[in-house]
Amino acid sequence: MKKLYSRPESLNKSASGFCPGCMHGTITKITAQVIDELELGEKTICCLPVGCGTLGLLYWNLDLVGCAHGRAPAVATGIKRSRPQNLVFTYQGDGDLGAIGTAEIIHAANRGENFTTIFVNNSIYGMTGGQMAPTTLVGQKSTTSPTGRDPALAGYPMNISEIIASLRAPAYVARFAVNTPANINKAKAGIKKAFEIQLRNGGFTFIEILSNCPTNWGMTPLETLDFIEEQTMKQFPLGIFKEPEEEIDKC
Amino acid sequence: MTRVFMKGCEAIAEAAIRGGCRFFAGYPITPQNEIPEYMSRELPRHGGVFVQGESEIASIYMVYGAAAAGNYAMTSSSSPGISLKSEGLSYLAAAKLPAVVVSVMRAGPGLGTILPAQNDYFQATKASGHGGFRTITFAPSTLQEAVDLTYQAFEYAQRDRNPVIIAIDGFLGAIMEPVVLPPFKELKEPPKWAVTGKKGKMYHIITPATANENSQQAFNLQMEKLYRRWAQEDVRVEEYRVEDAEFVFAAYGTSGRVCKSVVNALREQGVKAGLIRPITINPFPYRSFEKLDPDRVKAVIVAEMAIPPQLLYDVRVGVGRAIPITIVRASGGNIISQKEAVEKVLSLQKGEMDYEEII
Repeated sequence: MKKLYSRPESLNKSASGFCPGCMHGTITKITAQVIDELELGEKTICCLPVGCGTLGLLYWNLDLVGCAHGRAPAVATGIKRSRPQNLVFTYQGDGDLGAIGTAEIIHAANRGENFTTIFVNNSIYGMTGGQMAPTTLVGQKSTTSPTGRDPALAGYPMNISEIIASLRAPAYVARFAVNTPANINKAKAGIKKAFEIQLRNGGFTFIEILSNCPTNWGMTPLETLDFIEEQTMKQFPLGIFKEPEEEIDKC
Repeated sequence: MTRVFMKGCEAIAEAAIRGGCRFFAGYPITPQNEIPEYMSRELPRHGGVFVQGESEIASIYMVYGAAAAGNYAMTSSSSPGISLKSEGLSYLAAAKLPAVVVSVMRAGPGLGTILPAQNDYFQATKASGHGGFRTITFAPSTLQEAVDLTYQAFEYAQRDRNPVIIAIDGFLGAIMEPVVLPPFKELKEPPKWAVTGKKGKMYHIITPATANENSQQAFNLQMEKLYRRWAQEDVRVEEYRVEDAEFVFAAYGTSGRVCKSVVNALREQGVKAGLIRPITINPFPYRSFEKLDPDRVKAVIVAEMAIPPQLLYDVRVGVGRAIPITIVRASGGNIISQKEAVEKVLSLQKGEMDYEEII
């Protein structure tokens, strides 16, 4: 009999502490699968954020570095520059990366640091209890935008991938989702591509993945799938914003 | 051993490279720019990495990452910049990561001036960030001492898995003096705890977090044990002409340097003056003050470039209440005046005590 499915080697045999229906579990799993498939387990260093992703300290079976809120790209810079032979990636949420860590991510991208960032965007601060994030949709309710995000007071959602893709140095910038099996497969392929680019010293790679937060959105997990399709993707369209094939103007 | 004529900041940078530093990240701020400038020029020649961070915050986290990967890493800054690095210093201490941080103090608070000061004594010794951690903090008063301490700082950082601070000021950073440079240290393999990729099922975790209240308290107790060991084993102090002194100065760094001249000038006039100069301002040489004989010593004079005074508090802890303490001070970029310090002692001889301390 052939075994078709099992827990990735790059994850521990611990129970998940993510909320029921949370997509962090899926995103963590497909990333671990890619590391296994590329046989990079002994080569990988993972930089974890502050937020729900911090729980990864318990789940990843990889060398791990816990970072301060928003600073993972700076930490990854120090690691990768010291050990270019390792595969280095940061795993960050939208509060961590899109608010307090904006400077760190933009400048790591702009230096073309040869590591990968996996950016989990669920439009809210999950760990702290559902506050408004830079990525919260217009009109979307949170504990600090109780009547819905008002652009007159809080501006508009920030499209981080598009901002990073506007820089010259990054090699690969793309946005995926994990709300359907087809999208999960595409996201996994994107992560694999990013790691392969890093392995051939191709420069900075940025994978944004649209995620959910049933707990703080106040929805059932199934409702969040529709919300992502109908609302989130309007603001954050899926797609590849930058690829290495693009010939960089050398003048 | 090479003897060369060097500027303070550059001598520190060179000593760091010779001490094994192969990673530097920093952000421009006066009066310490010569350190990153020197590193950007020299580190790549030794196979090292220089990164100009987008901020002081990013720079110290680059150092955090390099240290986690087993590299000997350093950053430097000045007062407002050290404030920005304080979060990172706390994370380094929590994650048990070794690093060397050079604090070139300028006058404050706020933007203050770019001129030399010692207003950041508390920051350098007691509250370099949140959470109640400590560092070994060296306060050299000559460039040779700065070179020797920077060279050794990396070993202390690695030994303790804790950041080490070198606290100087804009004066020491800018002056030029002849220094003997130590030889280049042989680089070591990354320590066993460093993240280099897991081996089989054994993976490394570097984390500033603890699981619960008991593991947090256990960590705090473990750190307290380390700090107590420093107090026993790592205190460094220069006691200059203290044996028979009736008037004892307490001063470190640039002020310590000035007070040495003051002691010599007073001795020439027949006044029995001496100097206790802390070289580690943490751990503090309390013992040097505790052993002062109240029957002989008429006054302890704290000389520091900080208003209100800060070093005074540690001196008071050491001296107790048996000997009067007074101060000579300056701030804003002013250096301790030798003339003022001499006159202070001469007036003390006449029994005049003019400073009411606020402890």
